[in-house]
Amino acid sequence: MSGGCGRNPPPFPDNEDQEAELDTQVLDSDDDDDEGEDIFTGARLEEEESGDQFELNIAVTNPEKIGDGMNAYMSYKVSTQTTLPMFLNKTFSVRRRFSDFLGLYEKISAKHSLLGCIIPPPPQKSVVGMTKVKVGKEDSSSAEFVEKRRAALERYLQRVVAHPSLLQDPDVREFLERDELPRAVNTQALSGPGLLKMINRASDAVNKMTIKMNESDNWFESKLQEVENEEQLLRRLHAAVDSLVNHRKELCSNTVVFSKSVAMLGSVEENSALSRALSQLAEVEDKMEQLHQQQAFSDFFILAELLADYVRLLGAVRCCFEQRMKVWQRLQEAQSTLQKKREAEAKLLWANKPEKLQQAKDDINEWESKVSQYERDFERVTCTVRKEMLRFEKEKARDFKQHIVKYLESLLHTQHRLVKCWEAFLPEAKAIA
Amino acid sequence: VQFGAFQHSCSNKIYLLLVRSVSVDLNNDASLVIDIPDALCERDKVKFTVHTKTTLSSFQKPEFSVPRQHEEFIWLHDTIVETEEYAGLIIPPAPPKPDFEGPREKMHKLGEGESSMTKEEYAKMKQELEAEYLAVFKKTVQVHEVFLQRFSSHPIFRKDRNFQIFLEYDQDLSVRRKNAKEMFGGFFKNMVKSADEVLISGVKEVDEFFEQEKTFLLDYSSKIKDATAKAEKMTRSHKNVADDYNHISGALNSTAADNNTAFKKHLEKYAEVFEKLRKLEDRVASDQELKLTELLRYYTRDIQAAKDLLYRRARALADNENSNKALDKARLKGKDIAQAEENQKQCLQKFDKLSESGKKELTSFKARRVVAFRKNLIEMTELEIKHAKVRRLKCCVYHYMFTRQCSGSHGKPGNLREF
Repeated sequence: MSGGCGRNPPPFPDNEDQEAELDTQVLDSDDDDDEGEDIFTGARLEEEESGDQFELNIAVTNPEKIGDGMNAYMSYKVSTQTTLPMFLNKTFSVRRRFSDFLGLYEKISAKHSLLGCIIPPPPQKSVVGMTKVKVGKEDSSSAEFVEKRRAALERYLQRVVAHPSLLQDPDVREFLERDELPRAVNTQALSGPGLLKMINRASDAVNKMTIKMNESDNWFESKLQEVENEEQLLRRLHAAVDSLVNHRKELCSNTVVFSKSVAMLGSVEENSALSRALSQLAEVEDKMEQLHQQQAFSDFFILAELLADYVRLLGAVRCCFEQRMKVWQRLQEAQSTLQKKREAEAKLLWANKPEKLQQAKDDINEWESKVSQYERDFERVTCTVRKEMLRFEKEKARDFKQHIVKYLESLLHTQHRLVKCWEAFLPEAKAIA
Repeated sequence: VQFGAFQHSCSNKIYLLLVRSVSVDLNNDASLVIDIPDALCERDKVKFTVHTKTTLSSFQKPEFSVPRQHEEFIWLHDTIVETEEYAGLIIPPAPPKPDFEGPREKMHKLGEGESSMTKEEYAKMKQELEAEYLAVFKKTVQVHEVFLQRFSSHPIFRKDRNFQIFLEYDQDLSVRRKNAKEMFGGFFKNMVKSADEVLISGVKEVDEFFEQEKTFLLDYSSKIKDATAKAEKMTRSHKNVADDYNHISGALNSTAADNNTAFKKHLEKYAEVFEKLRKLEDRVASDQELKLTELLRYYTRDIQAAKDLLYRRARALADNENSNKALDKARLKGKDIAQAEENQKQCLQKFDKLSESGKKELTSFKARRVVAFRKNLIEMTELEIKHAKVRRLKCCVYHYMFTRQCSGSHGKPGNLREF
């Protein structure tokens, strides 16, 4: 429709040009975030230099289907590039399957969770997704599933090796280096729902703990509350990003449908220049669809998966707090047992039964050493958990920033291509006569 | 010249919007220039200010304004449609009723939730509401304005007495509500219309020009209707994406509010990023709607008006054939010959007049359509480029802000060299 159409948005208070100027001003003044602060001691922690320099790079690539039918499985190439002396070579690769990763988690968990480490959770099992792949459905959804899993496995390994103690673990080294791994069994318990149940039970137990442990207990209590709150909020955030992914995909299909419709319109248009412009417009919309498709990919793999990972990681953090609880409980029980043994000795002294006295004294000695062992354990766990929390928080902040930066890059690429597409179309529109 | 001002008073729910338009094409002739410089939204009613500037002596003053409601525009349309004299012209399609349902719902929510929201949330929602109202306003003002400009730019319509009354009469036109007879009449008219569709396809066409036009219009009509529907779905998806950015920004802010570490400030910044993305996506969606979807919607209606012209001509052709047959019969019977001759003469005259005027109208319709598509496609493309560039710049700025503080290997400004 012609006439009166020069209706561009009137200048709002947040005029785009003014904003651009403000942005450049902000660039100079904004310089105070980043360095992590230990809120407990108020001291500024230096960025751990060794953690920053990546002397170890891991990639998970080349998914390959091995075998046929229901016994088939996907095999992934795990490549490592490193300058660390503890490895035999500087670059090497092995092939691993999903259950190998679960097996690694089981081994790590068995050894390190008792110490209060935050163990990165493995990617979730998916019966539906895997069945499609086994059955041999060669469609885009099973390709997407494989890619999703590959990326998740990669992130999992990267988190494991980013942990200073886990990196030293021989099982981790073996996983990366050894050509053939014995097949991991009993990984059922570690599948998604199973793991989640375990984690949830852990937090229930923690909630029932009402006995105060020591002064720093306040820190742990409020930290745990923070973790639980954050987990809920990240779930909400994840749901919002999920919605974005779905709507972006809808936009894709609506754009394609629109493109076809415009092409049809162009084909019946009698004015030849307009007809040509309309078919060009249809092509532009086709390109738009591809760009939207790429953006949806970024929305999912950069944002959605990050958030899903952190929801599960926060669950693992709760597990870590639960471990400390368990150690505390063990100490409590040992102290109460020691107390009972002492009472028993006292009774024996009164009853004057010297033959049983030696046994009682032996018992007391045994439990005294246990108590002091458990006290040391508890102190160590407490110290580890606190250190782990600080490390985790720093890593989380870094992780999020990295991903937002990547997301911005993906947007930049998309917008750049958008500009080029429409700039190419403009002369076509102007050529209509 | 463009400016916008906005005033909102929640208590008595009055919206005032001033948007001065840039007059183009249809306002080429300085002897009669019409525009709608502002509109007032009061509860359910929209009052458009119709502003006229003219050098024609048929008007009392050279410049004047009157307030008009949507119903009065419809009155004008129906009056013109019912004027027998204009049967050979394409009647400009009636503007659709202003639809403020969306913004109104939001305003209701805003009013209800005012006490439970934080100051920031309230301010943000108010801003979104204003943007939505603005979008609907632009659409409805545009379509009402173009409707009038079609009349003013047409050599015959511009002289219409009812049109002049519409522009000039400074009292309420007191458009009566349609009484039962008129409503039934409308229903009957629609029935006749669908009968016409059968007629128009079935009638034996004598004129090559109209034969081609018929084929073209029927085909084009279905294709543009389809394109309109698909464009609407596409625009809706864009709006959904903008909504999602909004929720993401909100969720990030909630997470930030609950956080006590250095991460808090990061989250607030990320929330800011998504808020900006939302605003830009919103603009893309509403500009696409205004330039593309509205264009397609308008021409779907205009094509229908062109088809209506063909129906009227087809009916006149059928009448003409019938009058010929009646004359032959009368001559055979030797009765009422004079009457039959007179009838035949009139039918032929009417048919010839419709054909002549119809041919002119349909030819100028083609030209008008091409001009409108050209203009809107250019404007849409320029806006798309502008928005994409702004988005690109914003992403660049944030990217720079976030990467230059990262220690180690994370910041990769090298990727951006091409920008």
